[in-house]
Amino acid sequence: MKNVNEKSNKKLTRMNSLKDILVSQYFVIIVILLVMGITISFLSPVFLTSRNLLNVLLQTSINIIVAVGVTMVILTGGIDLGVGSVVALTGVTLGTMLKANFPIPIAFLLAVLVGAFTGIINGLLVSKGKVPAFVATLGMMSVARGLSLIITGGRSIYVFPKSFLNFFGIGYLWFIPMPVVIAIVVVIVAHYILNQTRFGRYVYSIGGNAEAARLAGVKVSSMLIMTYMFAGVTYAIGGTILTARLNSAQPIAGNGYELDAIAAAVIGGTSLSGGVGTVWGTVLGALIMGVLRNGLNLLNISSYIQQVLIGTVIVGAVLIDRLRNNKA
Amino acid sequence: MKLENILELKNISKKFGAVHALNGTDFHIKKGEVVGLVGDNGAGKSTLMKVINGVYTPDSGKYIFEGEEKHIKSPRDTAALGIEMVFQDFALLDNLDIAENIFLGRELYKSVLGINVLNRKEMAKESEKIVREKLNLDIDSVKSKVKNLSGGERQGVAISRALLFDPKLLILDEPTASLSVDKIKNVLNLIKKLKELGIAVILISHRLQEIMEVCDRISVMYRGKIISELITSETDISEIVTCMVGGNVKVY
Ligand SMILES: Nc1ncnc2c1ncn2[C@@H]1O[C@H](COP(=O)(O)OP(=O)(O)OP(=O)(O)O)[C@@H](O)[C@H]1O
Ligand SMILES: [Mg+2]
Repeated sequence: MKNVNEKSNKKLTRMNSLKDILVSQYFVIIVILLVMGITISFLSPVFLTSRNLLNVLLQTSINIIVAVGVTMVILTGGIDLGVGSVVALTGVTLGTMLKANFPIPIAFLLAVLVGAFTGIINGLLVSKGKVPAFVATLGMMSVARGLSLIITGGRSIYVFPKSFLNFFGIGYLWFIPMPVVIAIVVVIVAHYILNQTRFGRYVYSIGGNAEAARLAGVKVSSMLIMTYMFAGVTYAIGGTILTARLNSAQPIAGNGYELDAIAAAVIGGTSLSGGVGTVWGTVLGALIMGVLRNGLNLLNISSYIQQVLIGTVIVGAVLIDRLRNNKA
Repeated sequence: MKLENILELKNISKKFGAVHALNGTDFHIKKGEVVGLVGDNGAGKSTLMKVINGVYTPDSGKYIFEGEEKHIKSPRDTAALGIEMVFQDFALLDNLDIAENIFLGRELYKSVLGINVLNRKEMAKESEKIVREKLNLDIDSVKSKVKNLSGGERQGVAISRALLFDPKLLILDEPTASLSVDKIKNVLNLIKKLKELGIAVILISHRLQEIMEVCDRISVMYRGKIISELITSETDISEIVTCMVGGNVKVY
């Protein structure tokens, strides 16, 4: 009798896990994305044109890139509020270098180094300094914004070499806009890191239970520093693309990017408690955000109302994440 | 027959703030020996084991493994020596699957087109082998998330992890605390099997019955120090209890 019970219990957990897959993550997200797309296409015939869809991808590419970085941070159980400021800081670094006639690759590399450096600082504060990620990155948000304003004296930097604009902003590879190409590369690299390297396993394990990871011999501090550093690099790539798209480096750029990035991760199934989530989920989450914004624009909904709606969606996604966690 | 010590600790101390968790204690275990470590809650048993496993570095004292003094900095160092530990709360990761837990910190790689990628197939196969053959565990798949496992299954995974690389010294910190009677028997049988294979085992438990059943020798810890060493065949439970409350000091 007991055996039978055990067996049926096992079956139940197996069915549950199948149900889990269907109910959580991709399935639901894709359905939501489709429903949103269909609804908007009824309301606005422009939506389904290939031109508009490419436009959505283009506008989403920066968010995809930085959201991938944020996802890795959240997977460790952390959070990063400095996204937008670091995007601006790396952008003005790049702009200043280009204006000083440094070669494009050198200027880009320096921007990446600046992004990585901010990440290392965050990682050190969180791992060695035991500062909550929320506080450490909130500080970075202010510091990086301040530095951007200092470097530029509060003014934007304009007009960059055509080849720079082409490669990072307005060019195409075949018919795909370069920012989308770069986003695809970032996503593939991040997927490889998270799923095919030890480092990736450790990111998940630290978010799952940092103490257990440490007992298993994982060097938790170094792994955290590397994670924040990787995230900083994605912000630098985002800042570079933004600079090229606007053909200007602005110290006030990237305002609020952290919200969109965190929203993309959470909508895509990344748990704010850490340890659960995927890069692909985040890509889908970013696309939902992108379609939503695009749809609201097509329907001529005022940007004030948009702010209210998008804020609501973000909090709603976090709420659903919490409910999902409490059930488990 | 004279067996040599595989591990010897001398005068080990460890403080946490004002708490003297370990108070200049000695400890030793011979090759293939099964030593029971008993003592009241908070006596310092887990702390001593974590020193052996490299989770904590002691404030002072000597660590001698196979006759050589070692300076241990992390669990990686002791894993390299052949020391493995199953922690009191198993220290598993709920969000990872069984194979990922077993291989955490020592993942296998393979090369695909010159790029290193995790060798999931091999890790799953090895995990399967250990879980089924060594432990006789009835688990659906090593791809199940640990979150969905029962207490006994979790414990099986933790032991599988420790057995992965044929350790020379295995530490089991209260492995039976959350198990049903027949599962406890499995663990005790496993310890006997390991002993036959020449693996030294340290068993921590509050159930003196099972300590008496499988251990060759019993070390009694009291307030951060091992105060008595008892030979199982020459003692009984009431003597152990007397030692545990600090009422008797006996050293062989
Ligand atoms: N990481 C730590 N930080 C602070 N104090 C600790 C830490 N680990 C252990 N202690 C303290 O050290 C003492 C010994 O603890 P330990 O866990 O070694 O006892 P134990 O013999 O394993 O007890 P139990 O039978 O309850 O598992 C206790 O007073 C405990 O509170
Ligand atoms: Mg203990």
